[in-house]
Amino acid sequence: MDKSEPQVKEEKPNAFIRIVKQVGNALLVPLLAVITAMIVGGLVIAGAKGDPFAAYAGLFEGAFGTLRALSETTVWATPYIFAGLAVALAFKGGLFNIGAEGQLALGAVASAWVGYRLPELLGTTIPGAIHLPLTVGAGMLAGAIWGAIPGWLKAKTGAHEVINTIMMNYIALNLVSYLLNGPMKDPDPLNVIARTPLISEGAQIPVIFSKYRFHWGFILALVVAFLVWWLLWKTTLGFEIRTAGSNPDAGKYAGINVSRTIVLTMTLSGMLAGLAGAIEVTALNYRHELGFSQGYGFDAIAIALLGKSHPFGAVVGAILFGAMRNGATRMQFLTQIPVDVISVIQALILLFVAADAIVRFIYRIRAPREQVVLTRGWGK
Amino acid sequence: MTTILELKGITKQFPGVLANDHVDFDLKKGEIHALLGENGAGKTTLMNILYGLYKPDSGELYRDGKEVSLNSPKDAIAIGIGMVHQHFMLIPVFTVTENIMLGEEKLKNAVLDRNGVSAKVGELSQKYGLEIDPESFVEDIPVGVQQRVEIVKTLYRKAEILILDEPTAVLTPQEVEDLFRIMRELTSQGVSIIFITHKLKEVLKIADRITVMRAGKVVGTAIPSETDESHLAAMMVGREVILNVEKEPAQPKEDVLQVIDLKVNDLRGLEAVRGVTFSVRAGEILGIAGVQGNGQTELVEALTGLRQSTGGKVVLQGKDMTNNPPRPIIENGLSHIPEDRQRHGLVLAYPVADNLVLCNYYLPPFGVNFVMQNKAIDENARKLVKDFDIRTPSPFVPTSNLSGGNQQKVIVARELSRPVQLLIANQPTRGLDVGSIEYIHRQIVNMRGKGVAVLLVSAELDEIMSLADRIAVMYQGKIVDIVDTQKTTKSELGLKMAGAQAQA
Repeated sequence: MDKSEPQVKEEKPNAFIRIVKQVGNALLVPLLAVITAMIVGGLVIAGAKGDPFAAYAGLFEGAFGTLRALSETTVWATPYIFAGLAVALAFKGGLFNIGAEGQLALGAVASAWVGYRLPELLGTTIPGAIHLPLTVGAGMLAGAIWGAIPGWLKAKTGAHEVINTIMMNYIALNLVSYLLNGPMKDPDPLNVIARTPLISEGAQIPVIFSKYRFHWGFILALVVAFLVWWLLWKTTLGFEIRTAGSNPDAGKYAGINVSRTIVLTMTLSGMLAGLAGAIEVTALNYRHELGFSQGYGFDAIAIALLGKSHPFGAVVGAILFGAMRNGATRMQFLTQIPVDVISVIQALILLFVAADAIVRFIYRIRAPREQVVLTRGWGK
Repeated sequence: MTTILELKGITKQFPGVLANDHVDFDLKKGEIHALLGENGAGKTTLMNILYGLYKPDSGELYRDGKEVSLNSPKDAIAIGIGMVHQHFMLIPVFTVTENIMLGEEKLKNAVLDRNGVSAKVGELSQKYGLEIDPESFVEDIPVGVQQRVEIVKTLYRKAEILILDEPTAVLTPQEVEDLFRIMRELTSQGVSIIFITHKLKEVLKIADRITVMRAGKVVGTAIPSETDESHLAAMMVGREVILNVEKEPAQPKEDVLQVIDLKVNDLRGLEAVRGVTFSVRAGEILGIAGVQGNGQTELVEALTGLRQSTGGKVVLQGKDMTNNPPRPIIENGLSHIPEDRQRHGLVLAYPVADNLVLCNYYLPPFGVNFVMQNKAIDENARKLVKDFDIRTPSPFVPTSNLSGGNQQKVIVARELSRPVQLLIANQPTRGLDVGSIEYIHRQIVNMRGKGVAVLLVSAELDEIMSLADRIAVMYQGKIVDIVDTQKTTKSELGLKMAGAQAQA
């Protein structure tokens, strides 16, 4: 298209206004996507002879109505934030990490193992100051390795990470299922559930309130979100990740080792997903129980997309998803509308965010000049 | 001569840009009417309207005096308009005949009538003096002949009006001569031609009439015999332009880059550079001339670390750099203006400021202990935007917002603003407007004056002739000859580019 020469006129605008504008522009479409999905979801509820307003009122009450509801929302949101950050970071590096679920499960199992088994092996208790970092670190390491493998395969052979992370999920989830039903199963004779024993006290992150399940993990998640933002936009490594993600050819031209950056990005992404699992074990459940993850790693893809692959966007998306999951039970209790409606609405949100042309058409918004590269074609 | 086509008051608005502003244009039977203008002047938009690809916001189109409305290229073809795009629309593994009948397949007894079409193609090519073999495969024939196939394709669809979009960009000087001969042959038989270009010399040589566009408007019409290059250039740009680069005689010093028997494979694994040897000295410009696709791209990629070589040596400042990745080569004094600026040279989504530190973001003052120093990056951006006259609303808008010429200036600013001993510039002015070309040429000559060794690769022979001190001609992966610019002529170079008197 033809382009006229713009003239030099405007200097760097005030930083605050710039950020507000940026955030506003970035959040406009996701926000409208959520609203649209709620409207369509309302029609679905009405079609099933329910009252959409009562349903949404119940949902809101269940998510934010009481202190307990609020606390439960944060409990739901915590793994969503970590996993959402994992997927968002990979997106920024031009990689589609569908393997967060597997990385998370392995992180949880590694964390649990170090949590209950290491003291047994050493035949002594380990002081918390050493044991807790080891436990959380083991989860991060397991996730990191599980992310690094598809990253390495992509860098060395060009094998597409979408396929490989999906395959790695199967391996991880079945491996974890075997471990929890077999070697790592809680030996308590009364136990019939596929779960590990409780981790020892030194590996536990202490509770904050005895009445509420709100835990340190949520606060840590917010801190990590900030760190991811800082890494991506304030460090040279972040510059390399974003360059390799946005235009790998230019990255190579500029002297960036794109292969190494791909492996590193997937390692960091897997590490964040592993951290999600580790925190569930050390701060909430104090053990690993099969099926504790309600598909956090898969919902994380939707959350990262909703957050436009921005760390802060992922936090907002994670809290929204957490609130919906948490409020759904209350909604069902009050209105007899099945919780599955929430899955429908979440699917619709994802649909509208992914196919943002629909939202742009409905609300007559012009397309942005640049688009996030979510994944690339096969081979090259 | 009768007017067979008339466009009146064509206006086309794109978001933020008035691409065509009440444009009038007409074409007489049997004439070559050149449409001249810089990139972004609106030539392509106008032709896309004429070919039914865009609908104008207002304005009328008359064919033989009757108003017509075009909704798709099919409508345009139906009224006898044919277009030869800059990038050919041919399928390499099909024969000439198959390519020509594609989309207009004729059946005979329920199978494709290859023989019938082939005979028709032969007939057309004889009638207009377009020598082509209907049975050969497109991938086996040279670019110049492929272009003839495109022309025959339009004639096969009974085109009486031919639009040629930058047809000489991919041709050797001899092939250009052939094309001009064909164009004259066509017009003598009643075909009319619209010739889109930004090359002044060609326009003066071949056109019957010249219409100049600037910023969406027609700024004037001229007859070749009544105008000259500098007058046309001034019309195109809107001010006086210095067409010839002024430079002192070269004072070459020591060898900066030595290339010894270098061999490089292309993407398909075929040998694209077949053993080339040359050196570039400090304070001189070595031009590499050649028709595109004779190994220049692969040569430059091997020199800059973007592609592995399969044999030979590259020595930069006395250090063996063969098959090093880009970073050590850059740190040893290389600056590289890449051929494909949007693919290699820029991250379009990044602000201009970030693109200006793309190659040295990790070095102080921009990166200290792995942390990006925004203050230094911003300062650097403000300075370079000013020094290199990059037209942008601010250094913090995405680089994709800039025009092609200004995007190229971002690259030039970045590559010339750091310590440099060797500058490799590959097609540095391709697709740019006259004003930007003038500017970039001056910068390259300045670098030579500062004692930098410059390797200039260009498909534009005029560019090579006016900038280079010595010229190496590449043909089929080999350097045919290295000559002093002063001691050669354009036609001699043209012959060498076409492979005549090939010798190692």
